Amino acid sequence: MRIAVVDESAARAAVIEEGLHDAGLTDVTVFADRHGIAARLEALSPDVVLINLANPHRDELEELFALSKAMARPVAMFVDQSDSAGIEAAIDAGVSAYVVDGMKKERIKPVLELAIRRFNAFTRLRVELDEARSALAERETVDAAKRLLMKKRGIDEPAAYALLRKAAMDSGRRIGDVADALVTADRLMGDL
Amino acid sequence: MTDTVRLGFLPLVDAALPILAREFGFAEDEGIDLTLIRDMSWATVSDRLLYGHSDAAHLIAPLAIATTLGLGRPATPLSVPFVLGLNGNAVTLRPDLAAQVTTPGAPGDVADIGARLADVVKAADRKLRFAVVHRYSSHNYMLRYWLRGCGIDPDTDVEIVTVAPPFAAQALADGEVDGICVGEPWNSVAVDRGAGVIVAVTSQIWLRGVEKVLAMRTGVMEDNRDRTHRLVRALYRAGEAFVDPARLDTVAGVLARPEYLDGSAARIARAVSDRILFARAHNPLHVPDFMFQHREAANFPWVSQAAWLYAQMCLAGHTPPDDHDYAAAQRVFRPDIYRAALRPLGVALPGASSKLEGGIAEPLAVGTTQGRLILSADQFFDGRSFDPETLSTYLAESTIS
Repeated sequence: MRIAVVDESAARAAVIEEGLHDAGLTDVTVFADRHGIAARLEALSPDVVLINLANPHRDELEELFALSKAMARPVAMFVDQSDSAGIEAAIDAGVSAYVVDGMKKERIKPVLELAIRRFNAFTRLRVELDEARSALAERETVDAAKRLLMKKRGIDEPAAYALLRKAAMDSGRRIGDVADALVTADRLMGDL
Repeated sequence: MTDTVRLGFLPLVDAALPILAREFGFAEDEGIDLTLIRDMSWATVSDRLLYGHSDAAHLIAPLAIATTLGLGRPATPLSVPFVLGLNGNAVTLRPDLAAQVTTPGAPGDVADIGARLADVVKAADRKLRFAVVHRYSSHNYMLRYWLRGCGIDPDTDVEIVTVAPPFAAQALADGEVDGICVGEPWNSVAVDRGAGVIVAVTSQIWLRGVEKVLAMRTGVMEDNRDRTHRLVRALYRAGEAFVDPARLDTVAGVLARPEYLDGSAARIARAVSDRILFARAHNPLHVPDFMFQHREAANFPWVSQAAWLYAQMCLAGHTPPDDHDYAAAQRVFRPDIYRAALRPLGVALPGASSKLEGGIAEPLAVGTTQGRLILSADQFFDGRSFDPETLSTYLAESTIS
């Protein structure tokens, strides 16, 4: 089965492609750039096109499908029209599939299910990455707050950290928030 | 008890009524928690609607008809109980091309501009390429109507491609296309960047052209009659607020917010108040009825408007003329729901559901079931009219002379 993946996020496309490969679907082509996609898709003549639901160029692609001989009478479908749970899962994951007319539902369903799982996996990855990034940012803020306390109070690092932790516990806030408040206050107050 | 209504929209000025219904509290007054879902392409707005991710949508009118008829995908019956507005689109060309067909900065007679464009098209060594926002869009049909009326065959003399509204100005700036037909604020974005010059607004092509509609799945609409009525009333009240000059700045400010159009309030205010900047470094000019969101029962879903759109679909070769489809297309517009919803507000309700489109030259009092209603001119630029009773004659008379 020939599958085209249209996604401007190279990272997400890679996650999907890898998943399809693992499932034995090796005839996969990724389109990351919309320019010239019409001719390239037509030349490829895929059985299934997987698109990110939020892809801003879907209107163009639908026009292409309406015109293209290779994609004659495509059907936009998520799993099976009657399978509302599957449709809901597809929409939540953000996958939109275009299937060439005549493709058997039994054949497309596993591909879509796989795509949905991979889209979800990518979303999880991104969330984890965001969390890691914010954890890193928080650590930098805590370090800045510690340096501030060490300088202004003439104490060492463990003492500065203990002071931050106590302030956080006393006020029921996270250490990062206390550190952030301290750094912000210092920036506002300057040398006052 | 509060009902939730999830409504999909694209970042366009004519998404104003649902946004104002939420922000000004009209939906809340009707016991509706209106949740707005923004997308970037019509394909996604309609997918969400079809698959139940949204309950209603701000949608291009012909797409509601195409979806009901099953053009390009499995048929799903949609209904339109309320029209969100008429017109509000424009045709914007590359500045050098615009200079050949019009006086940049000033509105001209669109028949003259079209005639000059026809000369350019015939003399050009390649086909001019125009972008519309969707295959099944009023933009596509309005542009084709104008081109055909000026002796340009939209199928063979030029190329018409699709670009989603938020990318139209960029496509023009990048030279991907020679002209765009899109809704506001995207023409003004192109003008402000110097990438384009507005040569015509769609109200010059048809003074009362149906534009965006409130679309719902027919089953969802029927199964929640009371909720549908309340939603229609909230949108009607939003229409009153939209046309109130005292609220112009507030309206523009709300629409400009990041979660809605995420754009310039000053630019949006121009469209809302019908002041159009045709070319950069000129003054905005007042174009009466550029956007027609409320007055004269603009929100009433005239069955004859759906009929006109079906006729244009046939002329574009999007569907072969068929009596059964023609009837189904007209049934998409639901004046009965509009009347039932708005009767309690005491507003003017047209007695008829269909009219001769383009047939009014002078203000005309029309029959109503309650209130008084005067309709002003609704003409097409070429002086033709459309009688929904005689589709085949109309199609036969629509060949290029």
